[in-house]
Amino acid sequence: MFELLGIPPQALFGQVLLGLINGSFYAILSLGLAVIFGLLNIINFSHGAQYMMGAFVAWMCLNYLGINYWAALLIAPLIVGATGIAIERLLLKRIAHVDHLYGLLLTFGLALIIQGLFRNSYGSSGLPYQIPAELRGGQNLGFMFLPYYRGWVVVASLVVCLATWFLIEKTKLGAYLRAATENPTLTQAFGINVPLLVTLTYGFGVALAGFAGVLAAPIYSVNPNMGADLIIVVFAVVVIGGMGSILGAIVTGFSLGLIEGLTKVFYPEGSATVIFIIMVLVLLVRPAGLFGRAA
Amino acid sequence: MADIAATDAPAAALLPGKADKGTLRLHRAIMIGLAIALVIAPFVAYPVFVMKVLCFALFALAFNLLLGYGGLLSFGHAAYFGMASYVCAFTAKNWGLTPELAILLGTAVSAALGALFGALAIRRQGIYFAMITLALAQMVFFFSLQTPRFTGGEDGIQAVPRGRLFGLIDLSDDRTLYWLVAAIFMAGVIAIYRIIHSPFGQVCKAIRDNEPRAISLGYRANQYKLAVFVLSAMLAGLAGATKAIVFQLASLTDVYWTMSGEVVLMTLVGGLGTVFGPIVGAAVIVAMQNYLASLGSWVLVVQGVIFVICVMTFREGIVGVIAKKIGRPL
Repeated sequence: MFELLGIPPQALFGQVLLGLINGSFYAILSLGLAVIFGLLNIINFSHGAQYMMGAFVAWMCLNYLGINYWAALLIAPLIVGATGIAIERLLLKRIAHVDHLYGLLLTFGLALIIQGLFRNSYGSSGLPYQIPAELRGGQNLGFMFLPYYRGWVVVASLVVCLATWFLIEKTKLGAYLRAATENPTLTQAFGINVPLLVTLTYGFGVALAGFAGVLAAPIYSVNPNMGADLIIVVFAVVVIGGMGSILGAIVTGFSLGLIEGLTKVFYPEGSATVIFIIMVLVLLVRPAGLFGRAA
Repeated sequence: MADIAATDAPAAALLPGKADKGTLRLHRAIMIGLAIALVIAPFVAYPVFVMKVLCFALFALAFNLLLGYGGLLSFGHAAYFGMASYVCAFTAKNWGLTPELAILLGTAVSAALGALFGALAIRRQGIYFAMITLALAQMVFFFSLQTPRFTGGEDGIQAVPRGRLFGLIDLSDDRTLYWLVAAIFMAGVIAIYRIIHSPFGQVCKAIRDNEPRAISLGYRANQYKLAVFVLSAMLAGLAGATKAIVFQLASLTDVYWTMSGEVVLMTLVGGLGTVFGPIVGAAVIVAMQNYLASLGSWVLVVQGVIFVICVMTFREGIVGVIAKKIGRPL
């Protein structure tokens, strides 16, 4: 059996895969944040809670209604997205004219409410969610063992990320969106319904978080705190990448997950902080982030 | 975009600028009233509760110094509060420092941490600034979690000795300790009041309201921002260190990001950018937590609801509303 830098390859590639999976979640979540930020200029602090909601809705679908994973993958983002639309219409819309930091504070409050409600109903110990039958087991690739579900998570999130990129950068709807981001008043003057666009964008960003939640449900135990710590790492990812580009969010998300996974192999104590340390380094060299434009 | 208080027109109109004579007289009267209230408080309320309110009020005042007068929304102030708490508890317990030295050391460490983090964070503004301070604070949290020899890990540092002030006065009695905490609090209030109304404070406000203009006038905006950040971190540390002595405990709760959220909430409820608002806000939130403690996780929901209500309908906060009624900055 060969070894790489004194680490058995099974352990190394295992962590690389884990890192890629975490990276998938960082990518989808920071992508959702970027989409929302682009049009609403709000950092959606409840993004982590909405990711947690996605996992819980999938769990509820299965345990209360008998709806399986594949259907939940579609239904949960729709439900979570719908709550997002309600939040935008009822609350965010009314504070659009004041300082954007109030949006941060409002969504922070919403995150507390959502987390508190779920903790009251389900405790904080976590609920199991079975991997769907089709994706159980795995394949031995010789140098590592690849569980099918984990492979699926990486592929699915890549596909969703790239589809989002395509939607925003290559379609007409995306062009409207980018125009509204640049200059909402002028875009409105061209007869485009900007308020509707804003609502749908928030709903879509939130739905992305919900989708990530469903993907996460079989890997992590479904619990009310699952989004709370993740969201802060995602914030660091956003700062590192810069909020400038959609592609930036995807690339930084995956690569930082990978770096985190590798750190776990070579220096386990540093794995919780490595992303924050990278953030500090990036801030020193490029305050606007790797992909961001200088403000 | 960086200045939350300035763009909110009704509140900004009442932010203390160059205060007139009447306003100064009013502020002095409030200060004296506050001092009298502090003297009476331990006889009418449970001293430990009042001390808790005072520690959090000082924390909120420190936070508000940065947000209300520097225009910088830090979402990671728990780092300075909690780190000072750990340092104070650790040195008092393991090195046998007297309480005043332990508190001073905790405060100094927080100031140093604030200088380090502040220098990094002021490179970005507005929402980015908030996210960076939050991420840096989370680093401190992980550090605290992973160094149990220093922090006691999940258990925290328990049974911290209150010790003897200057090696002479025994602080184990709540009433005796109360006078120390009240003195620290009052000193903090006066210091912050002086900072706000000094030329330095005026420049900070100018930068908050219009940074490019302040720069074009020749002020080095970043140095001012860093200075106000360090002052704020230092005072937050003072509050955290004092709390460690009062409760004889330093724990992970003090460095976790929910604590950063709580101090934002206190300031928001009391009134962003008002001099006395954070005190009122801290009193309201601490009292609420005390009386709702039996509800468990519902406290979280209630706090969230208050957050939403404040942002939606009540952005001036309690003291801000009063200030608007009487037409004077408070």
